[in-house]
Amino acid sequence: MKQIPASILTLLAGIVITLVSLWVGQHHGLLPEQASEQAPLVDRFFSVMVTIGTALFLVVQGALIIFIIKFRRRSGDETDGLPIEGSIPLEILWTAVPAIIVIGLGIYSVDVYAQMGGFAPAGGMVAHHHTRPHHWFTPDAVAASLEPNSGLMAAPATLAKYGIGAAAGQTDSADLTVNVTGLQYAWLFNYPDSGIVSGELHVPLGQSVQLNFTAQDVIHSFWIPQFRLKQDVIPGENTELHFVATKVGTYPVVCAELCGGYHGSMRTQIIVHNPDEFAVWLQQNQIASHA
Amino acid sequence: METQIISNTTSPTSTATEHPAAWKWYDYFRFNVDHKVIGIQYLVTSFVFYLIGGLMAMALRTELYTPDPDVLNPNLYNAFMTNHGTIMIFLWIVPAAIGGFGNYLIPLMIGARDMAFPKLNAIAFWLNPPAGALLLASFLFGGSQSGWTAYPPLSLITANTAQTLWILSIVLVGTSSILGSVNFVVTILKMKVPSMQWSQLPLFCWAILATSVLALLSTPVLAAGLVLLLFDINFGTSFFKPDAGGNVVLYQHLFWFYSHPAVYLMILPIFGIMSEVIPPHARKPIFGYKAIAYSSLAICIVGLFVWVHHMFTSGTPPWMRVFFTVSTLIVAVPTGVKIFGWVATLWGGKIRFTSAMLFALGLLSMFVIGGLGGVTLGTAPFDLHVHDTYYVVGHFHYVLFGGSVFGIYAGIYHWFPKMTGRMMNERLGQLHFVLTFIGTHLTFLPMHKLGLQGMPRRVAMYDPQFVNLNHLCTVGAFVLGISVLPFFINAVWSWIAGAKAPDNPWNALTLEWTTSSPPPVENWEVLPVVTHGPYDYGMGYGVSHDSNPDANDSSDDSSAPPASNPILALD
Repeated sequence: MKQIPASILTLLAGIVITLVSLWVGQHHGLLPEQASEQAPLVDRFFSVMVTIGTALFLVVQGALIIFIIKFRRRSGDETDGLPIEGSIPLEILWTAVPAIIVIGLGIYSVDVYAQMGGFAPAGGMVAHHHTRPHHWFTPDAVAASLEPNSGLMAAPATLAKYGIGAAAGQTDSADLTVNVTGLQYAWLFNYPDSGIVSGELHVPLGQSVQLNFTAQDVIHSFWIPQFRLKQDVIPGENTELHFVATKVGTYPVVCAELCGGYHGSMRTQIIVHNPDEFAVWLQQNQIASHA
Repeated sequence: METQIISNTTSPTSTATEHPAAWKWYDYFRFNVDHKVIGIQYLVTSFVFYLIGGLMAMALRTELYTPDPDVLNPNLYNAFMTNHGTIMIFLWIVPAAIGGFGNYLIPLMIGARDMAFPKLNAIAFWLNPPAGALLLASFLFGGSQSGWTAYPPLSLITANTAQTLWILSIVLVGTSSILGSVNFVVTILKMKVPSMQWSQLPLFCWAILATSVLALLSTPVLAAGLVLLLFDINFGTSFFKPDAGGNVVLYQHLFWFYSHPAVYLMILPIFGIMSEVIPPHARKPIFGYKAIAYSSLAICIVGLFVWVHHMFTSGTPPWMRVFFTVSTLIVAVPTGVKIFGWVATLWGGKIRFTSAMLFALGLLSMFVIGGLGGVTLGTAPFDLHVHDTYYVVGHFHYVLFGGSVFGIYAGIYHWFPKMTGRMMNERLGQLHFVLTFIGTHLTFLPMHKLGLQGMPRRVAMYDPQFVNLNHLCTVGAFVLGISVLPFFINAVWSWIAGAKAPDNPWNALTLEWTTSSPPPVENWEVLPVVTHGPYDYGMGYGVSHDSNPDANDSSDDSSAPPASNPILALD
């Protein structure tokens, strides 16, 4: 060790930490498969955070371990350590570097959020082509009575709408609209254009889907882990999610907000079909529901 | 070690009250105004609740060993889940860290004979036992089941009597916290010995000052929200009833305006403990006194403006999601300043691996994981995926168990000799540390992956695909449960029959070590005079041999004026 200067060792450690962090960022394997247009955006952002986090983790834990070993008290040594009380340049460095990192992450997160459609829920700041009707079909009279504007004189343009709207580059009018009701302990999906009511969510691949949420009793939260999307379903508030499914398959739909004793069993699934299969499903169930 | 403390005549001796020379054991079960008695009352009471909350956690983990709800009734599961969180926050970490260590140490560290308002202090403590009793009594009515967040409408329609008792319990501990905070602010600002410069105030005192200001600003908002909830449940109001014109999201704002700062109430005092434990056991001055002191105040201020990050998936407009992403990330900067400062304190030290130091080093390692996880959670786009999942559970247990509980343990091992006059057993302390360190990672690390993969939190039943990682978590929880045993045995046995502690077993330089162990009723016969900074290790103070011959050799110069001391090379 004596032959190698400290600067070379530091440089080597920096290179190793950088390479390891980059590798971990790409290979952490912590997230489930991606099945929506938003998922790769979130995952790329997460990978960046994992990369930076791994580097910081290695630097701090590495320093901790090295210091613990190197500066341990040898037996019989009753003396004190060095009377160092600080270093302004070092303190500026470790204030400025994290500040730059978090501001950078903050800006990046806003960009990712915008690409996901976060700034475009219907009642948000973005102009819209049409005003959504307030009297969409709800399967339950209770849910209808919870509609906040039913008894209030609120102008439609100021309708408070929260959630994730149409992603960047998409029009606001979705190819398929599904009204979703959350109740203890089930999800109800109804398709206003075809009158279908289902306990599972069926959507076509590659088409834009809009979910309008209503809660019948308590707060629920609609989550599809493979889509990286979650939105609370709130009594008295209108919330929505827009997405485009990118992979055929069956994925879990999970309630993520505590809603009672059987909250954990409030699960169903979303089935992503090829568009022609979806048309068949639509037709079959339309017949069934009109029979 | 009395050398640097002058026994001069400028300090007034107390004549105002009459009291016995020392407290008897039964005085600890009575209304007593001595801050040291109150501190120990807080610590012991909160530890009892820690055991109760811990047993609830083990019941929860037992249920989660299998995907099906086969051990507990799901409503009882939710009652345990709710009260585990409530007890650990409101009856363990907050009262132990602020009430326990704060009360015991603040007057001793600033050279005061007691807190500013001793009776108020005792009243603040005695609000805690009835609060705990109310919480336990709520189980007669099924227990509160709506989570420690108690979001309406669920909290309005579930176990109404139990929920009401829960609210009354929280309002009592909240009141206790407000009374205690007023006391700390006045005591720290007004009662330090005149010879102590502000730059010589121990960092624990800065931390408690920041904590108290934060508690004073935020706790009333929680109390308001909970009282409105109480009215909705019992008196037919409709503040949070959406079908009668109420707004459920308003409750979330009122709740989190307190409850995010509550995280800092639970960690800032612990940061203070870290700054007291690391320097004497590393034999080094704290690295960057001013930066660590100011970062406590920065966390206090910024911490008031981050609460909506708990509501990113709720009824929250886009601008709020973005604003609170950035404000949340900024908290990482002052927190990082502290972490780096402590790591740098180790550099060039002579580290002694006492049990207190092991837990402090463990905290440092754990908190890095919790902090990095926290940064990821603070960003709205990623939080949309992991909000209300086990990722969050893993994260906040790294902060609150790996952080706060490790810090409380470090504090107990460090100040036990002062509090009881007895040394703790180091071997049992090491065993305790090893078990706790392994158990913490085993329990809480797999939870991050569970959440990322799709497991929501607060569930009694889950998708069978998650069963393997849940096995690890449950085994870890039992390791943690067992880890309490060596600590408990050690504390009880040492308190009764441990080796007698000297006045200053760690050769530490803060004022509490200048009096006897345990201190007399009014702390000092004659108040101490501060002649050096609280962390001037390696400068010839204390009994250790000087490793730096160039340093100010005033160890025997008891008349050195305080102003001449090199408290801060930073200036």
